Amino acid sequence: MSQDIRIKRGLDIKLKGGAALVTESAKSSNIYTIVPQDFHSIVPKLSIKVGEKIKAGDSVFYNKANETMKFPSPVSGEVVDIIRGEKRKILAVKISADIEQQFTDFGIKDPKAMQADEIKAHLLATGCWPFIKQRPYDVIANPANVPKAIFISAYASAPLAANYDYVLAGKENELQAAITVLSKLTSGVVHVSIGSESKSPLNGLNNCMIHKVSGPHPSGNVGTQIAKIDPVNKGEIVWTINPQDLVIIGELLLTGKFNSERIIALAGSGVNTPQYYKTKIGSSIVSLVQGNLKTGNHRIISGNVLTGTKQTLKGVLGYYDSMITVIPEGNDYELFGWTMPVFNKISTSRALTFSWLFPNKKFDLNTNTNGEHRAFVVTGNYEEVFPLDIFPMQLLKACMYKDLDEMEQLGMYEVAPEDFALTEFICVSKQPHQDIIRKGLDLMLKEIG
Amino acid sequence: MGLKEKLHNIKGKGKDKKWLSAFSAFHTFVYTPNETTHSGSHIRGADDLKRLMTNVLIPLIPILIFAMFNVGFQQNIAINGYQEGMTFFSGEFWNFDNFLIGAIKLVPLLAVSYIVGLGIEVLFATINNHEVEEGYFVSGMLVPLIIPIDTPLWMLAVAVAFGVVIGKEVFGGTGMNILNPALTIRAFLFFAYPTWMSGDKVWVTGAVERTKEITAGANLDAISGETILGSLAQGKEFAYSTWDMFFGFIPGSIGETSTFLILLGGLYLIFTKVGSWRIMLSAVIGALVMGLIFNGVVDAGLITESNKFYTLMNTVYWHHLLLGGLAFAIVFMATDPVTASQTNKGKWIYGFLIGFISIMIRVFNPAYPEGAMLAILLMNVFAPTIDHYIVRANVNKRQKRLKTKTL
Repeated sequence: MSQDIRIKRGLDIKLKGGAALVTESAKSSNIYTIVPQDFHSIVPKLSIKVGEKIKAGDSVFYNKANETMKFPSPVSGEVVDIIRGEKRKILAVKISADIEQQFTDFGIKDPKAMQADEIKAHLLATGCWPFIKQRPYDVIANPANVPKAIFISAYASAPLAANYDYVLAGKENELQAAITVLSKLTSGVVHVSIGSESKSPLNGLNNCMIHKVSGPHPSGNVGTQIAKIDPVNKGEIVWTINPQDLVIIGELLLTGKFNSERIIALAGSGVNTPQYYKTKIGSSIVSLVQGNLKTGNHRIISGNVLTGTKQTLKGVLGYYDSMITVIPEGNDYELFGWTMPVFNKISTSRALTFSWLFPNKKFDLNTNTNGEHRAFVVTGNYEEVFPLDIFPMQLLKACMYKDLDEMEQLGMYEVAPEDFALTEFICVSKQPHQDIIRKGLDLMLKEIG
Repeated sequence: MGLKEKLHNIKGKGKDKKWLSAFSAFHTFVYTPNETTHSGSHIRGADDLKRLMTNVLIPLIPILIFAMFNVGFQQNIAINGYQEGMTFFSGEFWNFDNFLIGAIKLVPLLAVSYIVGLGIEVLFATINNHEVEEGYFVSGMLVPLIIPIDTPLWMLAVAVAFGVVIGKEVFGGTGMNILNPALTIRAFLFFAYPTWMSGDKVWVTGAVERTKEITAGANLDAISGETILGSLAQGKEFAYSTWDMFFGFIPGSIGETSTFLILLGGLYLIFTKVGSWRIMLSAVIGALVMGLIFNGVVDAGLITESNKFYTLMNTVYWHHLLLGGLAFAIVFMATDPVTASQTNKGKWIYGFLIGFISIMIRVFNPAYPEGAMLAILLMNVFAPTIDHYIVRANVNKRQKRLKTKTL
């Protein structure tokens, strides 16, 4: 059975610098870095010391709240540095990679024969568990739960996003292995979404339900798909996982190795030749972009322009990210910018803004906020880009005045910060929507659990 | 060193200083700030509040200019008599003498409105240490357009001060107010100085002055000008054709007369997606429905010609849209996003009731035959209630979904 998803309300942000479908191996990084902050709400406890030799897949740290949950090293090598911040909070663990990579052998498994408990224990021990996230709260899944469904979006609609059909090509066996084990962890179904015209390697796999998705962004957001297929009610839990991480899980099951290899897109108008690179989790940004950056003041983002994190050349590819975007910084003044006709920026209004005249134009947007922070004034415009059956402004306000009952009633369990990326983009009052939602979710997690 | 760098340096020095709010208001007026994104989305859309607010001013400018001509024109015909068969491009209307009379009266009103209103905004921003917000850009222009031309400047100043402080700042400024600030200002004038806001002396410039001179013994002809609604309320005849009413060659509050320009303005606001088409359309429907009901009452013979409401009730239902301030109120007042209903479904109800109640008050309140102001203020108060029930419906749907699941 297949249930197709059509989205009408949304906005495709077309940017310059889309990655060409060419893959090169990135220069290998000497130092790989694991950043505990990538794992929201996890308090890390180290399981290694500086100077220790480890293999790829060995635990670097574990979750203080659940010691069985390990976070693995993407490479084999020597732990060279542990960077700490205030109150000795662990900010980063740096590992210098061996030239000859060695993998811890976790043993070859037969996905069809495995039982749920065995699967959970195996994924936790091998460090693959953190790939699985849950809603509500958009945090790493709690292994004690049984989700009502598992959602995988293999359709990327975000600006310049990596094309999943391309990066997953040829990985059918790994994907099938991973989906088979995941299907045993849920009481319901594994839902897999692919583009409506897609030749995705996921199409035709067993133990899952395929959905064909069409429409503007955020149609590819897993949150949109959950809302259309089987929305999260109070007390229910669903899990989500990125398709590239399925490949890592699948490879682990089929070969016994934790192979952190991933194909990422390097895109954006600040890149000379945007294309795909084969790299590993924890790679330094420098290893990916060196020699390929245009001159000028640019911002490097791990992830897409709507939800990614700001990085520098010294930074690291985010644990869950499958792309790096480089766009110009916009830290300059613009004479009468609030009243001059605008041709080179995207707008959903027509107030002397003319992007509506050029629906297929690719824009070169920078990081300027195009205005100052204000109270909420304009109404009805968020709804035009927000496909969930939720009142976005009312929910944001409930988060701001921290009314837990109202947040719950208005649909807080169904959303993640990324679902509010587009409303944030078009927000006339320049409110930090994703930040507001993240803080609201954290508050609920703390107060309600 | 260019202006850009100079201003940037001053901004740097102004950190934590009291005058920064006032300076920033000027600085951001000249230059869009160099602020970049810090959290969430790294890119942002082109629209900010300044752009959308000033976009509302664009359709008001033709209305303002038309009003300047009309002020002179109304004085002219009050003295020299009315000419039949005018078209929109008639030279009797579009001449410099008319314009001058209007400009001399209108520019000071505009200046007082902006100076007092923005002055208070800047003062509050300085005290509260936040940015000067743009809401008064629009209110400041609307206020002179919705009052009679001879309103004394001091009166306007007092009303603006009241409206901005009590109508807006006590609630926390732009975005937080419950009542439409421009209408709060007008309501203050209306209840504090009723003789200046209705009757047959205030709609034509110089009429009040002239009456005083006559009582003092001067040998002059009195100038008077009744609005069409005023005439209707008293069952009197009037000389204006439907086209006059549509184009706006009639007496009335300064900017409300030209339904033609207001219609164009409304279409512009809908096209630019700044004004809510839902509110405008539903308000027009509401007004027509109420007008039809009154026509029906007359047709059914339920009231007789001797009834004091007869003439207004008998007015052809769609003429209500051409008369008084209703059209202006629907396009520029009811659509204020802060005080209107905030949900799309709520906007339909909110708009419909504004149109409906406006005509009801207009017909049943012969002393002051216009209802748009009071109808909108009333619905401003009820807008949160409407939204509450719309949002409740969404919450109930979610709870029902959960219930059917657990059954």
